[in-house]
Amino acid sequence: MTPIIEINDLSYTYPEGQVAAIKNLSLTIEKGAWVALIGHNGSGKSTLARLLNYLLPAQAGTIKIAGLPVDEEHVWQIRDLIGMVFQNPDNQFVGATVADDIAFGLENRAVPRTEMIPRVQAAMEKVRMAPFAEREPAHLSGGQKQRVAIASVLAIQPQILILDEATAMLDPQGRQEMLDLVRELKAQAGEDLTVLSITHDIDEAALADQVLVLNDGQLVESGRPADIFADAAKLTQLGLAVPFAEQVKQSLAQAGITVPKGYMTTEGMVNWIWQSISKQ
Amino acid sequence: MNELIIGRYLPGNSWVHRLDPRTKFVLSLIFIFAIFLATNVWGYLLATIFTLLAVALTGLGFRVFLRGLRPLLLLMLITTVLQLFFVQTGTVLWHWWIFTITTDGLLSTGIMFMRFVLIIMFSTILTLTTPPLAIADAMESLMAPLAKIGVPVGELALMVSIALRFVPTLMDEATTIMNAQRARGMNFNEGNLIQRAKSYIPLLIPLFINAIKRAIELGDAMEARGYRGGDNRTKYRQLQAGPRDYIAYLAFALFVLLLLGTHWLPGMVF
Repeated sequence: MTPIIEINDLSYTYPEGQVAAIKNLSLTIEKGAWVALIGHNGSGKSTLARLLNYLLPAQAGTIKIAGLPVDEEHVWQIRDLIGMVFQNPDNQFVGATVADDIAFGLENRAVPRTEMIPRVQAAMEKVRMAPFAEREPAHLSGGQKQRVAIASVLAIQPQILILDEATAMLDPQGRQEMLDLVRELKAQAGEDLTVLSITHDIDEAALADQVLVLNDGQLVESGRPADIFADAAKLTQLGLAVPFAEQVKQSLAQAGITVPKGYMTTEGMVNWIWQSISKQ
Repeated sequence: MNELIIGRYLPGNSWVHRLDPRTKFVLSLIFIFAIFLATNVWGYLLATIFTLLAVALTGLGFRVFLRGLRPLLLLMLITTVLQLFFVQTGTVLWHWWIFTITTDGLLSTGIMFMRFVLIIMFSTILTLTTPPLAIADAMESLMAPLAKIGVPVGELALMVSIALRFVPTLMDEATTIMNAQRARGMNFNEGNLIQRAKSYIPLLIPLFINAIKRAIELGDAMEARGYRGGDNRTKYRQLQAGPRDYIAYLAFALFVLLLLGTHWLPGMVF
């Protein structure tokens, strides 16, 4: 496995901040991995995302993306490698129409128009927004705008996709569609796409191969979603939501029913309940 | 608000709709100057026929254009009525105290009114048949030569296109804030002028602060997507002039020539 993001002893304090947003953080993300970064508000998740593509310059420590150091000199190469989707669907829509917005990143890289047209078309088709090509953002739903944001990132063919709470402002349906789309894209791209999703959403984190828990700018946990989510007490202590299946398990345990140890998905929980009822 | 059709775009697929926005922009500008070439009844007749023809080609119906004139009627009347009393030459028709109406006064009032009507009608053709975005594209394309003397045309164009794109978003937000403040007991349309102006502060300040937040986020998103200034960018959107546009230019040239020709026709000269 080759590492694609290497963070070494990284620290960052906002000019107006009293405490460091990121403190002596070191971590490595493998190429092709799907990593979820979770943590309560103000734990430094978004700061880390901004440090990764030099929207914020690191104050101490180093970051390497695909072997390139993240600094003033390499900033544009780094930004070619990283595609970022932000939280607010409205505030990241630059273009006047869907097609224009997707083309924005290509325009910035001076891609010739003849090459731009098929790439924009392909990106739109990937996120199933092609019928809306000439639509203006005011006439799109939040979920559709986020799909356009993903398409605009795909058009520049990045190696890393960072979702910075990209589903936070969507309705449950829009959120589910987004997650399905990201899963689909990841399946298509395989090892060529590394996904870093920063989220509060447990379902989104559960999709990942690896979950990192950030607390006050420091990495406190790292592991498979199953391991992280099994410890409900710890999650609550860190200010995080507990998955629904775990909540059910806790309530059952309180009612005096012996429940299996270890993390269970909602589906797994349903199966277990069926089995235990039919055994009786 | 529904009355105001200036700056509104009505989608369609007429001959005029399909013109290159640059053509429409340039011709609208030239028309404003050309109208001053009309010096007699024949000139105005020609200009009126030409305008009506252009209006007919938009396929939007004459009534839409008349509606566009309505909000400006008061302004037009005030200006023209002033003209009526200020022109003192010619035969006196009516006189009372310091007010005098003369034949010349009446004539120049009529001309002024006619000019207003024609110019407004002709420029609404541009806005009614062209989406705002296409107008911004046309302006950018026409301003392109200015880049040579250091005018940041690319940046200006991006600013205009972002501004246009955020108009509906900010309008929605203003309505939301207004309703939120109303829910807290704010009354926007009560009291004297000063009280009313003050009541808009709880709307304006959140709107400004949110606009700044939006700008910061948008700036981040743009940078993350590789935006590094106006130079060396390619363009996805491209304007293309076709045979239709050449016909429009030709027809317009013919109109201006005919308009000049009316100088030599007999008739009232003003």
